[in-house]
Amino acid sequence: MPRINSPTELEKLREEIKLKREPGKPCITISSGTCGHARGSEEVIAAFEKEIKSQGLEEEIDIKITGCLGFCQREPIVLIHPEEICYLEVKPEDAAEIVQSVKEKKIIERLLYTDPKTGEKIKHDSDIPFYKSQQRNILGSNKWIDSRSIEDYLYIGGYSALSKALSQMTPDQVLEEIKKANLRGRGGGGFPTGRKWEETKNAPGEPKYVIVNCDEGDPGAYMDRSLMEGNPHSVIEGLIIGAYAIGSHEGFVYVRQEYPLAVENLNIALKQAEEYGFLGENILNSGFDFRIKVHRGAGAFVSGESSALMTAIEGKVGEPRMKYVHMSQRGYKEKPSCLNNVETWATVPFIINKGSDWFNSIGTEGSKGTKIFSLVGKVNNTGLVEVPMGMTLRQIIYDIGGGIPKGRKFKGVQTGGPSGGIIPEQYLDTPIDFDELTQIGSMMGSGGMIVMDEDTCMVDMARYFINFCCEESCGKCIPCREGLRMLLEILTDVCEGKGKEEELQTLEDIAEVMKDASLCALGTTAANPVLTTLRYFRDEYEAHIKDKRCPAKVCKNLITYYIDPEKCQACMICLRNCPTGAIQGGKNLVHWIEQDKCIKCGICYQVCPERFNAVEKLSGEPVPAPVPGREVTRKKE
Amino acid sequence: MEKLISLKIDGKEVKAREGITVLEAAKEMGIEIPTLCYHEKLKPYGACRICSVEVERGGRTQVVASCGYPVEEGIKVKTRSAKIDKIRRTIIELIAPSLSDGGVVGKVRELADEYGADTSRFMSRFKATPTRCILCGQCVRYCSEVVGANAIGFVGRGIERRVVFFPERASRFCPTCHECYDVCPTGKIAAETDGGIFPKFSIDDFLSGKM
Repeated sequence: MPRINSPTELEKLREEIKLKREPGKPCITISSGTCGHARGSEEVIAAFEKEIKSQGLEEEIDIKITGCLGFCQREPIVLIHPEEICYLEVKPEDAAEIVQSVKEKKIIERLLYTDPKTGEKIKHDSDIPFYKSQQRNILGSNKWIDSRSIEDYLYIGGYSALSKALSQMTPDQVLEEIKKANLRGRGGGGFPTGRKWEETKNAPGEPKYVIVNCDEGDPGAYMDRSLMEGNPHSVIEGLIIGAYAIGSHEGFVYVRQEYPLAVENLNIALKQAEEYGFLGENILNSGFDFRIKVHRGAGAFVSGESSALMTAIEGKVGEPRMKYVHMSQRGYKEKPSCLNNVETWATVPFIINKGSDWFNSIGTEGSKGTKIFSLVGKVNNTGLVEVPMGMTLRQIIYDIGGGIPKGRKFKGVQTGGPSGGIIPEQYLDTPIDFDELTQIGSMMGSGGMIVMDEDTCMVDMARYFINFCCEESCGKCIPCREGLRMLLEILTDVCEGKGKEEELQTLEDIAEVMKDASLCALGTTAANPVLTTLRYFRDEYEAHIKDKRCPAKVCKNLITYYIDPEKCQACMICLRNCPTGAIQGGKNLVHWIEQDKCIKCGICYQVCPERFNAVEKLSGEPVPAPVPGREVTRKKE
Repeated sequence: MEKLISLKIDGKEVKAREGITVLEAAKEMGIEIPTLCYHEKLKPYGACRICSVEVERGGRTQVVASCGYPVEEGIKVKTRSAKIDKIRRTIIELIAPSLSDGGVVGKVRELADEYGADTSRFMSRFKATPTRCILCGQCVRYCSEVVGANAIGFVGRGIERRVVFFPERASRFCPTCHECYDVCPTGKIAAETDGGIFPKFSIDDFLSGKM
């Protein structure tokens, strides 16, 4: 491909691409991000390719492989264009039938989404409740582009924002537009992006650097991964525009090595962008030069912190350093450096193309635009959702997420990853907004949203997050390292029923010192899960300590498995599956658990057939004595 | 001529040279802020957080590490307050268990007494082997920044973090240097090497983390 040398040449190429395409031609789009891979999308793709080849339909039907389409729970998703028919959880063996249906312009009912409320079959993805309430500005492009095809990106208008910025705007005008848009950083802190750019631009010192943070490490969060895998060019385009505004000629993408597909697609995209002349010297004849290097992260959560990330790019151990002088003044190699998250950079081209007024028309007073969340945990529709700021947690969890599975009761939602807090039911109508979430003790963070139901123990959950931070803290400063160590010890004791009441105060004491005195944001926020659970679920802590009871029946030391002799049908299933031989009884004899041998693995609880439901978990109550040798009372049909 | 910055430390007006830290400015006027990881020959590190002070800037008060915070025009610094004392006390209490084998002595003991820290507060909960190392990194940084030998460094992360000698470099530089003996605020290095000729490398000790 020859290099594009001007905005006019870019538009000419775009026209050529459009002319080549036949809008009415059938196209089978298969989503194959990491979530798709996990659910077998590669086999599905192979099956489609084989089918189309064997029928000799290569000329008639196109196949497009895209990144994540968001509805990860139901991957692999297949979209049939131009009708936009959406098939969910497609298996390799469905390929032949789908190809046949495309030929005959028919619809396969069984692969469509069924509305759980009405039982109605839904044809188009945009009508599925999961997608319906979303506003997929940033993520939406994923479904139109093969993540490895720059032509696909150009076809949907890619690099037009860059062309506009370089040919019609001065760097100051670009900066002004971003400032006016009130875009706030999507990586966690919500710092105004325009201000960060301006600080870097005005900071003394050359060269200046721009950096993409793709070190997404929050448990359960994968927004950045899906963007980088599915639409890497949008991130690259945003970064070039930012570099132009700031006056930087060298950029970095820090991407986790644990995201192999993101690394691969990013490298392909960078190579293409260079070939097409969007990177390199004199980009689109503007006189502006810019290059991007990829730095693969070596697997440390703390490296996502800005100073640690830049230290890591310098080739040192990724540990945070003191930032009393901002990174925008003295960052990578002590030079002014502007670090933004993947989603923030990907938002930039939209603002340039559509204008700051458009961006300001979405969202709340203090938080503009849309935000991508990864909705996971105890929720029916897990996946990536993009919604306008200001939508309530309830709308996200119930309207989009489809509520809690198996009719269980909602208990809390963790936002902001290990640095965030757990938000209880009374705040479900809180609008999603940087400031609102901070006010109730949590944070937006990068957008992880873990839903918890009544079977989740909040003390255990706090312990889980503290344990995560214990392993992921760099260990440099005392409040974070030793504070976490003690929090973990105390929480483990509470979970094991060995906690003392006065230690709840100790937890708060340590948390306070960590918050005030830790070196970086990992330490200052690490205690948030403890503080919010103490604030909203103190009764659970007290139940563990005073009554030696785990209300959610999760903490092993505080629960006992028990087989209800009235319900047991002596089916032998639990007895055969018990790994320690703790279950006694036999054919026609009621089963019972020899508690001394029980290791509380919970297998009996899981395998007991639902129609009997004889195995129970007891906590904080006496366990009835077993009656060995008792004959079974048969359940009447 | 160097630019002078006006600020207030503990209520007193101070003029300090631009570029120095709050810790240095305080020291010049005779106000002692405690430190554990600070060393005048080394770059500020900000790990022990004992030197935390309150800084009021533009109406907002925040806790900062004075060893790294540059003096700024018009800021008001408080080197002691209920909050700061609690931070220092808690940090001493948190670090004390790592010192329990040799007893909490020396500088940490003095600080414990001054701030009323209960050095046994977390003792029973400390499950790791006391190493007598508080991971202040002075030996590591001194070896790198001053000596230039890079014979000692950190390994591990979070609560697993520890200091090790790198045998290849240590065997070359350490026998004639020993400067880290004096730098170490808890005396761990000198004690473990028994004041004798370093190194006494045993690969087993090295791998098991004793070195």
